[in-house]
Amino acid sequence: MAKISYLQAIHNALNFEMGRDDDVFILGEDVGKKGGVFKVTEGLQEKYGKLRCLDTPLAESNIVGTGIGAAMMGKRPVAEIQFAEYILPATNQILSEAAKIRYRSNGDWHCPMVIRAPFGGGIHGALYHSQSIESIFASTPGLKVVIPSTPADAKGLLISAIRDNDPVLYFEHKKSYRLLKEEVPEGDYTVPIGKADVKRSGEDITVITYGLCVNYSLQAAERLSKDGHDVEILDLRTVYPLDKESIIASAKKTGKVLLVTEDNLEGSIMSEVSAIIGENCLYDLDAPIMRLAGPDVPAMPYSPPMEDFFMVNPEKIEEKMLELIEH
Amino acid sequence: MTEIKMPKLGESVTEGTIEKWLVSPGDTIEQYDPICEVITDKVTAEVPSVFDGTIGELLVQEGETVEVGAPICTIKTDADSADEPKTEESTAEDSAGTAEKHNPSKPQASKTDKPKGARISPVVMRLAGEHDINLNQVTGTGFNGRITKKDILKVIEDPTLAGEKSKESPEPKKQQTSEAPAESTQAVPGEEIPVSGVRAAIANKMVQSSTEIPHAWLMMEVDATNMVNTRNQLKDKFKETEGFNLTFFSFFVKAVAETLKEYPMLNSSWQGDKIVVNKDINISIAVASDDKLYVPVIKNADELTIKGIAKKVNELASLGREHKLTSAHMSGGTFTVNNTGAFGSVQSMGIINHPQAAILQVESIVKKPVIIDDMIAVRHMVNLCLSIDHRILDGLVAGKFLKRVKEKIEMISSEHTSVY
Repeated sequence: MAKISYLQAIHNALNFEMGRDDDVFILGEDVGKKGGVFKVTEGLQEKYGKLRCLDTPLAESNIVGTGIGAAMMGKRPVAEIQFAEYILPATNQILSEAAKIRYRSNGDWHCPMVIRAPFGGGIHGALYHSQSIESIFASTPGLKVVIPSTPADAKGLLISAIRDNDPVLYFEHKKSYRLLKEEVPEGDYTVPIGKADVKRSGEDITVITYGLCVNYSLQAAERLSKDGHDVEILDLRTVYPLDKESIIASAKKTGKVLLVTEDNLEGSIMSEVSAIIGENCLYDLDAPIMRLAGPDVPAMPYSPPMEDFFMVNPEKIEEKMLELIEH
Repeated sequence: MTEIKMPKLGESVTEGTIEKWLVSPGDTIEQYDPICEVITDKVTAEVPSVFDGTIGELLVQEGETVEVGAPICTIKTDADSADEPKTEESTAEDSAGTAEKHNPSKPQASKTDKPKGARISPVVMRLAGEHDINLNQVTGTGFNGRITKKDILKVIEDPTLAGEKSKESPEPKKQQTSEAPAESTQAVPGEEIPVSGVRAAIANKMVQSSTEIPHAWLMMEVDATNMVNTRNQLKDKFKETEGFNLTFFSFFVKAVAETLKEYPMLNSSWQGDKIVVNKDINISIAVASDDKLYVPVIKNADELTIKGIAKKVNELASLGREHKLTSAHMSGGTFTVNNTGAFGSVQSMGIINHPQAAILQVESIVKKPVIIDDMIAVRHMVNLCLSIDHRILDGLVAGKFLKRVKEKIEMISSEHTSVY
């Protein structure tokens, strides 16, 4: 197995599925000739032709709407939204149409499409290029929202998403693109949607997180292990619908839970995770549920010190972990 | 000043809890006047004054448990006031000062106690309850000395960790109960209910019964139609002549008392290395009033008629409602019959009244269609639920016993059964 980056893993998954299934096609801004602003789709237009790797106008509602129509007619579109924040003009198509087609048509129609979008901060992108927008979609039944944290999961979840018969939002952390590298299974490799993954088993506290914060939490846990602290890290992988079973099991195991997201604190995915734990694990809790998240300010700032203040990082996670361990 | 001490309210009773003070400092009392209510086990008793005089200080707070023989209050008798004018000063001190002075164990206890207002997490509370651990004996390593889940898991694994302090355990315990009422005045109302008095006694007894005795259960359905008819035929006249009700319950108690004669093992008691078979048949009955539960005893129930039993039940129930049952009323029971049907239950699993061998729950009498000789008839049916101590009794003898009670109930008829 070769060591490849998070970005290459996504590219591999797209390439593999396009080669396997002629119905799979890509559409988005600059995805074709340019190969995407991050080069995720580089070479795919060359390989599979203009009709399977479409450059679209700068109109997200149009991109998603086109994808929905194609999906309903039997294609498997993978739409790319250049930056996650740009998805907002398309939310009506996603929430009102894609999510509800199966339900509205009483099962006659479905919408097997994937919408990929790079999200997340820490890249000096400031507003429009750094936000987390998953919570907007995480209360609409009919949608699935996945956020891989490792190259292998990135590949496995994207292939699963393309093969899924319902609309899947696939958010990839842009800071992870070239930061994370690991060995990724070649060829056909899937990771189940809706299943969280214990990335590190431990006895003292449980950290539940997703996205880039998984890697940050693993770094913090590694440092704390030198002082004899044993941290469990549960990677949600699918943030909607949540894997309640794994959340409950891990929370009950240690009785101390820290929830980490780089999204704004209030109304984040972690608010729902916290409710699940509160409802199911009260008599196994040894400490109040703690959360670490971005502050409730409108957007990721541009100024580096301010961006650092906003972003979750391994140091902040370590500090919070220690507070919970010592509680 | 003369001290009044915690009296010994029964054999094997080593401590008592002050449920309620009936006097305040400064009250003038006469000998034999009740000064407080004390609870031991399931009994509330009034403690009478031994002297004429004036109440000095109350040394034990309501809800606090102290050993038999410990001083509970002081009384200034006529002789005292002549001899010791100086003691006036101590009565003038504020209650906090006097409490410390007369309860020297308190400051010591507070050293071993948790920081005031210690936070106990839900999992620690649950584990402590499941493993019967006194949290005052667990050393906390968490923030501000908080007991963490890990701390309590260590104690569960190695109980000797808590053993060192176990000798002192009665003290912190007392400390806790004594503090509870004081704290509750500051707490937001409705947040905490201090467990004291009869409720604590019931809780201890229930925990002892259900942890010590391996319970087994069985239930039989009994056709009570004849009994119902018999009783309905008699009840108005009975009430008129006797002045109290002829209850169904009395019929059941009578049938049980007779059957216990035939199956003495049901009337026995597990005593560790031996089983003691009781000669007397003394039936305990459960009497609930408000939030309290009493279990008074009908002595030698096998020697009483149905009327005699009905009279006893009536007496004990009214004493219970007025909280006038004493330990004499409650001691000596050998088997319990519980009238769960009174509140509409049709099935229940009773907890045996330790150290008895069994408890019988008499459920509601309900009209039901039943099949007799391949025909459907409407009959008055009642479930009898029996809990047995499986160390003493096996299913076979318990089943035989219950079957015999069933036969007796079903055999009742106005021709053959006399209530006198």
